[in-house]
Amino acid sequence: MERMMGLINLEHEHHSFQELSYYRNSASIPIAGRYRLIDFPLSNMVNSGIDEIAVFVRSKYRSLLDHLGTGEYWDLDRRNGGLFILPPDWHDPTDMTKGDLQFFHHHRDCFLRCHSDYVLISGCQFITNTDYYEAFAYHLDRNADVTLISTHEEEILPEHDLYFRIEADDLGWVKNITNEKRNPHIFTGTYIISKKLLLELVDECIAYHKYHFFHHGIVNHLGSLKVQTFRHRGFHAFINSITSYYRHNLNLLNEETYRKLFFEKHFIKTKTSNQPPAQYKGLAEVKNSILSNGCVVDGKVENSILFRGVEVKKGATVKNSIIMQRSTIAEDVYLENVIIDKDVFITKGQKLIGSIEKPYVVPKWQTV
Amino acid sequence: MKECIGMLLAGGEGKRLGLLTAQLAKPAVPFGGKYRIIDFTLSNCSNSNIHTVGVLTQYAPYDLHKHISNGKPWDMDRKDGGVSVLSPYTGKTGGDWYSGTADAIYQNIPFINQYNPKYVLVISGDHIYQMNYQKLLDQHKATMADVTISVIEVPWKEASRFGILNTDEDLKIYEFEEKPEHPKSNLASMGIYLFTWDVLKHYLIKDATQKQSSHDFGKDIIPLMLRDQLKLYAFRFNGYWKDVGTLQSYWEANMDLLKDDCELKLNNKQWRIYTNNSNFPPQFISEGATVITSLINDGCFIRGRVIESVLFRNVDVGEGSIIEQSIIHSGVKIGENCVLKKVIVMENTTIKDGTVIQVNDDGEPVVINQEVLEQKALVMGGES
Repeated sequence: MERMMGLINLEHEHHSFQELSYYRNSASIPIAGRYRLIDFPLSNMVNSGIDEIAVFVRSKYRSLLDHLGTGEYWDLDRRNGGLFILPPDWHDPTDMTKGDLQFFHHHRDCFLRCHSDYVLISGCQFITNTDYYEAFAYHLDRNADVTLISTHEEEILPEHDLYFRIEADDLGWVKNITNEKRNPHIFTGTYIISKKLLLELVDECIAYHKYHFFHHGIVNHLGSLKVQTFRHRGFHAFINSITSYYRHNLNLLNEETYRKLFFEKHFIKTKTSNQPPAQYKGLAEVKNSILSNGCVVDGKVENSILFRGVEVKKGATVKNSIIMQRSTIAEDVYLENVIIDKDVFITKGQKLIGSIEKPYVVPKWQTV
Repeated sequence: MKECIGMLLAGGEGKRLGLLTAQLAKPAVPFGGKYRIIDFTLSNCSNSNIHTVGVLTQYAPYDLHKHISNGKPWDMDRKDGGVSVLSPYTGKTGGDWYSGTADAIYQNIPFINQYNPKYVLVISGDHIYQMNYQKLLDQHKATMADVTISVIEVPWKEASRFGILNTDEDLKIYEFEEKPEHPKSNLASMGIYLFTWDVLKHYLIKDATQKQSSHDFGKDIIPLMLRDQLKLYAFRFNGYWKDVGTLQSYWEANMDLLKDDCELKLNNKQWRIYTNNSNFPPQFISEGATVITSLINDGCFIRGRVIESVLFRNVDVGEGSIIEQSIIHSGVKIGENCVLKKVIVMENTTIKDGTVIQVNDDGEPVVINQEVLEQKALVMGGES
């Protein structure tokens, strides 16, 4: 049976997360109460039967390493295969490679050693709950060189601007890859390619001093490659900025959307913690919100997402806000349209109000 | 060599928990919205730096074994020591079930010997408390005792329900009385024994030859040691301790967790209770929901009213339903317009719309599962 290995390539991700990505790689930005962005591609790969997964990461990866650990939470702590976290090697004086090609160059062995003949490559900013069995079968069936996973958007949103658009014929053969903003056929950044072809294209890119594998290896070779497109169906979101992050998190407060993302298909896995169940005290007033374990609530919480270990004391109100792990909202605080990063302390009586378009963001470790 | 290892008695059936232990060992019974009863003692061991623990199982052990597995949640997945599940076994000379608490330890003398410990802590997996066993060990060493038994002060009027230790002023034990009619002291044994291993081993071997013995620590070993005038000391524990041996006390202990002034704090970061964590998404509280004075775990969907209740993971509460003073185990689906008061609902039960089960304030909590509900529906159907 043909197998795929996974590659999560964080080298060319978009970084408009401001305060949220000051101290962390955008792949480890917390989302939906207890997850991080990388949990989605990682779980989707594992749920597709993939058990060899490499991660290309260049910078700010302390929190990512801490989160991924041995990969045990995704069942990736294996004797054979498992998780390979691959930062670049800085100490090779003969190295002329750039961009993500530097990673391919330094970690060629990892690809050679993996048992799979195909590679599923993905970023971290396409959020969905799916598996790739069907896409892989399609790739093999069409005998394609490359299969690009794409979506068809009913409504073009600002975050879509940053992604390639696909023009394909009726049989799904890709004719053109453009930046045409009105084209609703969007490339998700996820694609399937054989390992052999991948390494050949990598060598060629390196020989010509290129720096962006997808751009120079695939898009520029569209004429000579057989490229298919496979339509992704089902709930998804592109998250690549503070505004798209805020909007899509709050969208999860619709029960139907929430169930679509988390309950219809597989389990999205993440690092678990030892927090006790959420505690609701006598004055708790919680409406239309998502709360994680370890929260202690004695105040008012409305249309909000509370991560693990958040405390909302009595008299406090939290509205349309996202409060990350272990932050404390003291007595009589009022928060509206606010994103609060981890380990923040909002002192008694404070009032912070942002807008739906531009939420007020408080970075990690602050006392306000 | 290990200074001290733990032996955790987890083979009990827990008959008085009725339906809850019909197919489950008592230490494996779910507790506190996320845990199993045994998690408290295992976490106490781990937090007290006792990382070599033998868990003695016998009754309905499957879920318990799976729960403990390699001991990882308690940091006991170790090459040297760690957790070992000790079930009764057969050998060259045959084998036997554990016939009593002392017999269970006696049969595992070779297990203990391989660590050559100086002290052995014998505890049972059916109590809810947070305790640092190192303090017990410190006192044991300071008094150069042969045995130290942890005790807690109980109200005098309840003392006749416990095993009572009579001590002199420096806590040296001179008498042990099981459920005395006229107690002379209100220091109750918590079933936590710290033994100097050489001494215990001697008495276990001696007791094993006594045909009329019930091979029980409280009934046989401790009285025999007192008769031989060994040095037995009591160790005073101040804090929350509860034997969840009956449905009433199981329910009360869960309700205690909801009290602001409860001495047992699940949120105590210095003394975490560890368990196997599930990977369910966060809980979803709907627009029309009310949740007060409750503990709710991941994966729950709440649309109704939840008051003074404990909900395990992946529980649905439908619109218009009222859940009060109840304990709802994992995977339970409660339909719309149901009323549950003082009910313990077992795993994966589905409760139909409009079901009403209420227990009076002074009544004993009722336990239900799918079978009970279906039988009940049959009876009700017959009446109408």
